[in-house]
Order: sequence, then structure tokens, then C-alpha cells
Amino acid sequence: MNDLLYLNGYGFYVWGSYVVTFALLAIELVALRKRTQRK
Amino acid sequence: MTTQTNTRTAGIRWFWFSSPATFYPLAGTIAWIAGVLAAVLTVAGLYVGFVVAPTDATQGEAYRIIYIHVAAAWMSMFLYVVMAFWSAVGLAMNARLAFILARAIAPTGALFTFIALWTGSLWGKPTWGTWWVWDARLTSELILLFLYFGYLALQASIDERRRADRAGALLAVVGVVNVPIIYYSVQWWNTLHQGASVSLTKAPSMAKVMLLGMLLMALAFWMYSIAVVMIRARCEIRESQ
Repeated sequence: MNDLLYLNGYGFYVWGSYVVTFALLAIELVALRKRTQRK
Repeated sequence: MTTQTNTRTAGIRWFWFSSPATFYPLAGTIAWIAGVLAAVLTVAGLYVGFVVAPTDATQGEAYRIIYIHVAAAWMSMFLYVVMAFWSAVGLAMNARLAFILARAIAPTGALFTFIALWTGSLWGKPTWGTWWVWDARLTSELILLFLYFGYLALQASIDERRRADRAGALLAVVGVVNVPIIYYSVQWWNTLHQGASVSLTKAPSMAKVMLLGMLLMALAFWMYSIAVVMIRARCEIRESQ
């Protein structure tokens, strides 16, 4: 598990990319969901 | 007479769907299918990218950013072209649904452009030694982000819907010239950014399994974009009534 997080020293760059990407897509989905529920 | 009628109804009546009211339920169905496909393809792409694909010989583990970086960069350009297409259709035919689709694409296009720049920056630091350089590829991609922002700002700042749509559409159509500049920038100028690993004219210059992971993620982002754009288009239709 630690190896997967560390990724030979590249963990910050790789996970920094993936976490921000999926967080942004999740924010877009939540915002859209709120918009669809608005009357 | 019967045969003639059958032939006429057998084809898809495209213009029938150009009415927002008839497009609304269709968009809901498309969003569901694309959403499910996006989820399945994302899981498959991440599995291939992180479990099946080996470590890169030259870039080590840092290369794994490729699976989202390239997919996001492709989507940023593709969505802009589609947005410009619907804008042009809207301008030419004064079609309300075309403007709605262009409006629905812009936020997701801007999001993918930001993701491409963000992940590129995080890839650039360990491989180039810098977060950012003002080279042709990076600068033209940044201009694309500003074009999306400009379109969104125009839409937000003009109260009258039709005027906002036409002004935004004009910007989208003029700005499409930037897309081939981004794509060919690595050939036209001497840049720090590497050339295309995948192109239509030659064999890909990367391992097959890595290519598979990248294509799966590109398809996943494509399906995600379709789903989100359809949901947003439904919101726009509902709010405009």
C-alpha cells in the first residue's frame, strides 16, 4: 500500500493529478445534481 | 403509397429532434447510457493503467499521469470543436437547441482544459524540472482555457438570451482557429513538449498495454462529457421554459 502511495518518489505528482481530476469531476456532478433538483 | 410512407418514417427524423421539447427525453436516455459507460470505462482504464501496465523504462512511475493528461487534453480540444460546430449551426439556422448544446458544452470543456494544464504541470516538474514553460503547446492550451472563460463570461454578462448566444457563438467560431495551432504546435515550433505518441497517420510509439489504458480513459472522459452535457442541456431547456 505504501509502495502504491509512494510510487518510487512520484506519488505526489501522480496522485496530485488523479485526486484533483476526479475531485473536479465530482464537484461538476454534484453541482449539476443540485441544478437538476432546483425548481 | 404505403411503401413511400414506410420509407419516410423508417429514417431518423433529425429535424424532429431539433425541437428542445422532443430532444429533452432523448437527452435523458443518452445521459444514462453514457454515464454507465463512463463509469465502466473509467474502472477498466484505471485497472489497465495502474495494475496491468508496467513501469515506464525512462520516466518511471511519473508516466502514469498520461492516462488522464492525454485524455483530458484530447477532450479539451474536441469539446471546443463541437461547441464551435453547434455555435455555427446556431448562427446559420437560428436554432435554439444548437445554442443550448454549445452552452452546455462550455463548462465541461473548460474543466478538461484546466485538468490538462494541471496534470501537465504535475508531469512537467519531475520530467522537465519545471512546472511551467511559455512554449507553444502550453501557451496555446492556456489560450484555449481563456477562450472557454471568455465564452462563459459573455454568456453570464449579457442579459438578453439571444444576444448572449450570438455573441458567444461568434467567439466560439473565431476561436476554433486555436485548435489546430494546439495540435500542430509541437511540429511547427521547437517546444519542450513531446510530439504526439498516437496519430492517424503512423503507428503509435508506445507499448500496446499503455496505449490501451490511455484509449480506455479517453473513451471514459468522452462518455462522461456526453452524459454531463446532456444533463446540462436538459437543465437549460427546463430553465428556459
